[in-house]
Amino acid sequence: MNTDRIPAADLPDIQVSTEADGTGQGLSAAEYARAVEICGRAPNLLELGIFSVMWSEHCSYKSSKKWLRQFPTQAPWVIYGPGENAGAVAIGDGLAACFKMESHNHPSFIEPYQGAATGVGGILRDVFTMGARPVAILNALRFGDPAHPKTRHLIDGVVRGIGGYGNCVGVPTVGGECEFDPSYNGNPLVNAMAVGIAPANRIFTAKAEGAGNPVVYVGAKTGRDGIHGATMASTTFDDDAEQQRPTVQVGDPFTEKLLIEACLELMATDAIVAIQDMGAAGLTSSSFEMASKGGLGVELALDRVPMRETAMRPYEIMLSESQERMLMVLKPGREDVAEAIFTKWELDFAVIGRLTETGRMVLTWDDTTVADVPIPPLADEAPEYDRPWIPTEPRPALDAASLPPLGDWHEALVRLIGGPNGASRRWIWEQYDHMVMGDSLVVNGVGPGGDAALLRIHGTARALALTSDCTPRYCEADPVQGGRQAVAEAYRNLSATGAKPLAITDNLNFGSPERPEIMGQFVGCTQGMAEAAGALDFPVVSGNVSLYNETNGQAILPTPVVGGLGVLDDLGQAVSIAWRDESLDLILIGAGTGHLGCSAYLRDVLGRTGPDAGPPPPVDLAAEKQNGTAVRDLIGRGLVAACHDLSEGGLLVAAAEMALASGSGCALNLADASAGTLFGEDQGRYLIATARGADVLQRAALAGVPAQIVGHTGGGALTVNGGAPISLDDLRTAHEGWLPAFADTAA
Amino acid sequence: MSFRAGVVVFPGSNCDRDGAVALAHVTGRSPKMIWHQDTELPPLDLIFLPGGFSYGDYLRCGAIAAHSPVMREVAAAANKGVAVLGVCNGFHLLTESGLLPGALIRNAGLKFVCRDAALSVGRTDTPFTARYARGQTLRIPVAHGDGNYNADAETLARLEGEGRVAFRYCDSNPNGSARNIAGIYNETGRVLGMMPHPERAVEPALGSSDGLPLFQSLSEALA
Repeated sequence: MNTDRIPAADLPDIQVSTEADGTGQGLSAAEYARAVEICGRAPNLLELGIFSVMWSEHCSYKSSKKWLRQFPTQAPWVIYGPGENAGAVAIGDGLAACFKMESHNHPSFIEPYQGAATGVGGILRDVFTMGARPVAILNALRFGDPAHPKTRHLIDGVVRGIGGYGNCVGVPTVGGECEFDPSYNGNPLVNAMAVGIAPANRIFTAKAEGAGNPVVYVGAKTGRDGIHGATMASTTFDDDAEQQRPTVQVGDPFTEKLLIEACLELMATDAIVAIQDMGAAGLTSSSFEMASKGGLGVELALDRVPMRETAMRPYEIMLSESQERMLMVLKPGREDVAEAIFTKWELDFAVIGRLTETGRMVLTWDDTTVADVPIPPLADEAPEYDRPWIPTEPRPALDAASLPPLGDWHEALVRLIGGPNGASRRWIWEQYDHMVMGDSLVVNGVGPGGDAALLRIHGTARALALTSDCTPRYCEADPVQGGRQAVAEAYRNLSATGAKPLAITDNLNFGSPERPEIMGQFVGCTQGMAEAAGALDFPVVSGNVSLYNETNGQAILPTPVVGGLGVLDDLGQAVSIAWRDESLDLILIGAGTGHLGCSAYLRDVLGRTGPDAGPPPPVDLAAEKQNGTAVRDLIGRGLVAACHDLSEGGLLVAAAEMALASGSGCALNLADASAGTLFGEDQGRYLIATARGADVLQRAALAGVPAQIVGHTGGGALTVNGGAPISLDDLRTAHEGWLPAFADTAA
Repeated sequence: MSFRAGVVVFPGSNCDRDGAVALAHVTGRSPKMIWHQDTELPPLDLIFLPGGFSYGDYLRCGAIAAHSPVMREVAAAANKGVAVLGVCNGFHLLTESGLLPGALIRNAGLKFVCRDAALSVGRTDTPFTARYARGQTLRIPVAHGDGNYNADAETLARLEGEGRVAFRYCDSNPNGSARNIAGIYNETGRVLGMMPHPERAVEPALGSSDGLPLFQSLSEALA
């Protein structure tokens, strides 16, 4: 017990704010008035702090809720959709995959190592809270201009932080994406996705049941780190962002590893009624969440919370975002079973309260009540805003005549695959343990770096396919098409391995919702995502919204990241982007018009971005579904030796990436070698290598899917229409060279 | 009769399951999982010290776990001739507890590195390597931040002179280790510490099965 504990009567927490409004706590005047109404009196400082975090954008989704409702969330294989800690889908053999993506953008800018590390820790807890053993981590990263003085520091810290946490906790980091754009100069994005596997009939939720049942705190002790993190994440930055460093949490992956093992061990017993991790807004949001889902009240004796620092106050305890903590409701009398397990794993365990029937949150300190607020209005009746929005102005079609003719395709290709956005990400994924747990599949030599990560479902013959995708420049130009494209690309990346796409999680990163043009981007992107998710039977089962990603009024590109999960029933059928044999036919699936608007070619080769880059390629959802289904069918029939979807950089970049992964060249024979044909980014397309070209063409024709032979494999170089070759060695030097040269150079 | 294997689990071990799966694959039965606080070992032919971050690798890798109660038993068993295989963090534990000489320090590149490494095999008259050919090149992954093996010149000379370098990196050295050392034996050749993970290379689906003969060698030597 702390001998220097502050007596209840002396706590500043129970004083009523003299300012008599909530602005010091991040509440608007209207929100403060509503808080007074709910309490029936002026709330004290502790209560006001609780209102502030519960109603923060981060916790309440008050600006986004209206638009998230349009997402399709149901399918026969969906077990839990949005609203739980993570989404859950059936993956066969009586198992479920639980998965979710979450941002740690704001903290990662302020302190990249800890910000990114705790992002990984938080999303892992969302998954094992449900009883699922975490099996994979993915990361969608976005940084500013490589020339910006902070970019190198940020990528180094973020990648070390992700590796430092994931490697230690022993969950493989198997995939993700990384992109550079000046719009992220002041707001890098760190989105982490975790996937876990649980018995489908043993999934745990946060719904508290049984008045009188003990409420138990387990895990690490509570310190003063991360206080008001959720509130910080709900405002824009200015030049003083780094002064907010104390709001960033500090992670301890070792404790997380112990917490995973202890929780899973306890979950194998029947002691747990409900369980919730302490994430954003810590003890406040976890206790409110559990009580509100069960329609119950809670009494917590805050002086019983294990504390790491001396003289902590209730306000700090309720708002701390210290990591690696869990709140549980146990069956009565099972405290001993639980305590023995947590003691074995050397973790704190404390009964800190009980459930009540009052529907109120009553907090005590040395038996004195320090807060007493009703739960439902705080948890479920958070303010909801229909913020004004204006649709993004459509861009006129790109004037083809304004583009210079493609001179030397070699130079353009090298710029694309050897530039910041097209270069190999090996420097990143070699810092991650991507194979611990012994189920990371390697197909024809390709582990990380393919279209989707492939992971054997432990102890079965099935595999999960995992990907994360978004093309922010498309979203900026046309939010609806961009939203569709993010979902469609995830669908394609899974299909290209042979996996059936099952469901998605998302991480919606935008600027300030208080600006109508930003809100317009949000509305458009979510509309496009909803359309695609519906058309492709690819429901949204979990997600996260990160708004206010702007610094000094400069917003990020709209970045609705989609994390996709699919299943292969027979992992032996998986294909990768690498072929093994020479003299295979290369077949292009899908139709193209040579669409160059918003392409990587315009950006990286011609230096055209923003309005000058024209509109993005439209996404034909019916064609996406038809082509994806046909590709999966071809793979399932064993007709495909290698497959790659066409995305950034179009056909030639896809062919080059396949050749590099294969260690064997290819010759393309095309109707023309124009920029549009080589680098156009028309959607819904795949490049397939096959030993059975005639069969593939016949099957494609039957399926009504455009398909044509565009070349064949072999040799040590890439050629187009018999012209001068470019050697794989030259391509590899360009592709592998950029990121290490950039990141390892001392600033 | 398959050999009896035990996998020691420390708080923070994370390759214990991988090791158990590989051992079960070869022996046909699940190894005993041994909690680090155990003060008595069951009868065993092989003790596997797995990779991971025992005690978070705080202080120094393996330094705290080396003082776990079970390590006294492991040392006693090793002295009686029980084979011990320490992989990655298990190798740290063997140097920290004095069962193997030298130390593993931060990678020369200062970054964690997870990739396939090419290894050349040293002698083949040990329980671990009979199924390999001397000088054979293996592809086995590494995944570590502190795999840079170092010892004083005299110790290195003795290790080499006594044929106790089990594996060397033969293509590129991922961590800057002295003399490209990837793994070493104790004096008897029955205790092996290595940074690469043979348990991650036991089937083609995982990218390599070059680690499988190591376990098969054990199976033949210890059965």
